[in-house]
Amino acid sequence: MKVNEVPQERGIMPEDLHEVCYAVDEGGNYVLAESVGWEPKNVANDQAWEVIHAQVADALEKIHAGRQSPLAFHMAINQMNISLLAKYVRMNRWRVKRHLKPDVFKGLKPDMFRRYAEVFGITVEQLMKVPSNATHCFKKVLHPCR
Amino acid sequence: MQIDFKHRLSAHCESGVSSNLLFHYGVDISEAMVFGVGAGLFFGYLPFIRINHLPLTTFRCEVGGILKRLTRKLGVKIHFEKFRNSEKAMAALDRSLESGIPVGCRVGAYWLPYFPSAYRFHFNMHNLVVYGKEGDDYLISDPVFPEIQRCSHQDLVKARFAQGALAPKGTMYYLTHVPKDIDLRGPIYKGIKEVCHRMLKVPGPIIGVRGIRFLAGQLEKWPRKLGKRKASLYLGQLVRMQEELGTGGAGFRFMYAAFLQESAGILEENRLLDLSDRMTRAGDLWRSFAVIGARNCKDRATESDSFGAMADILRDCALKETEIYKELLTLVKK
Repeated sequence: MKVNEVPQERGIMPEDLHEVCYAVDEGGNYVLAESVGWEPKNVANDQAWEVIHAQVADALEKIHAGRQSPLAFHMAINQMNISLLAKYVRMNRWRVKRHLKPDVFKGLKPDMFRRYAEVFGITVEQLMKVPSNATHCFKKVLHPCR
Repeated sequence: MQIDFKHRLSAHCESGVSSNLLFHYGVDISEAMVFGVGAGLFFGYLPFIRINHLPLTTFRCEVGGILKRLTRKLGVKIHFEKFRNSEKAMAALDRSLESGIPVGCRVGAYWLPYFPSAYRFHFNMHNLVVYGKEGDDYLISDPVFPEIQRCSHQDLVKARFAQGALAPKGTMYYLTHVPKDIDLRGPIYKGIKEVCHRMLKVPGPIIGVRGIRFLAGQLEKWPRKLGKRKASLYLGQLVRMQEELGTGGAGFRFMYAAFLQESAGILEENRLLDLSDRMTRAGDLWRSFAVIGARNCKDRATESDSFGAMADILRDCALKETEIYKELLTLVKK
């Protein structure tokens, strides 16, 4: 790749950032060249976020239908599955799985809520709340420059 | 408290941290040279390891491998430490900083507050240097960010004790002895040899150039075997592994070409210039693969962008790289 071919196609990278890649200058020497993004990378990243978006939307749908507890939303938005979340809260997987049931979740002790909230970096009140739909959770992610 | 540490932006975290740490002790070594001597170049298609349910493809060696091989070859002594207890881990970090030693840490990128939200994935192989503390904030030289960063005590604890695959377990490291005169010639030969062996001679179908061919064969079958949607996800993951934050382009191939070029000067070996040039062209091929791959992900593929065509590009990459490694091997064998 030549220096003048280094792509500058900003996608998900915020405005104040850039990265470097290796490219060849006119004299045939390798130099570090700045880049603000490349379309294929942007596409691949967008795709990864679409998958997460779908998981969050799915969790929200189940929560609003009363089939899962708010924990499912926070798990999805933090890109976790049951086993990863279980490791963070230092519990057995089956316990975390149980807490995904709305009735069980409601009856948890305050201590347990704090434990979850701490892992997600939110307050207990925030842990209880879920948004009505997934779209606005991802605004910051997909349009950092706007 | 703050150590006078020079932050230099690099393409890849581990090689960047290594290069910056050595520079702090007066060894001016480029990132590409670190990558070459540390024998970072690799290829492995490991479908049995899944990341977000998608098969893992890797263009670099195991985590920590570059630093390990680099320090061993240069005679640099390095101290590695892992922790069970986060308080002890942070206390050890503070102690080192107080004695004026910049500390490398392996962390989970997801918990670093200065990471743009779009890049926050559970990825536990990120490296950075902590070089100071101001109040509750740690001063961080993160090699893939242009400016120095700050991170609170609480966030750094979370990042150092991230969970999941390859959990860092508070891993930290610092250099304890750096020799006065470093001769790069021997280490360069050894580094090249290691990469060639790995790419050409590791038995089994999934590592090295054979791995690239294996991937080509598998990729051809994806649309039939997995359906369109899943095939596109597999492809997207592959493109991310090859190009995403920290490869310097084309799955480290450009960085390796830069290393070969720099080595040509040090070893006074003109054949390396030609090989560097050919590695660049192999990298360009990988890039063209990513372009078509992305078109397929976006469902904008034309007739000539089929999975078969992409597999052919990969086979071409494998062929070109095989020739390069074979020639490199004859060059370093003497």
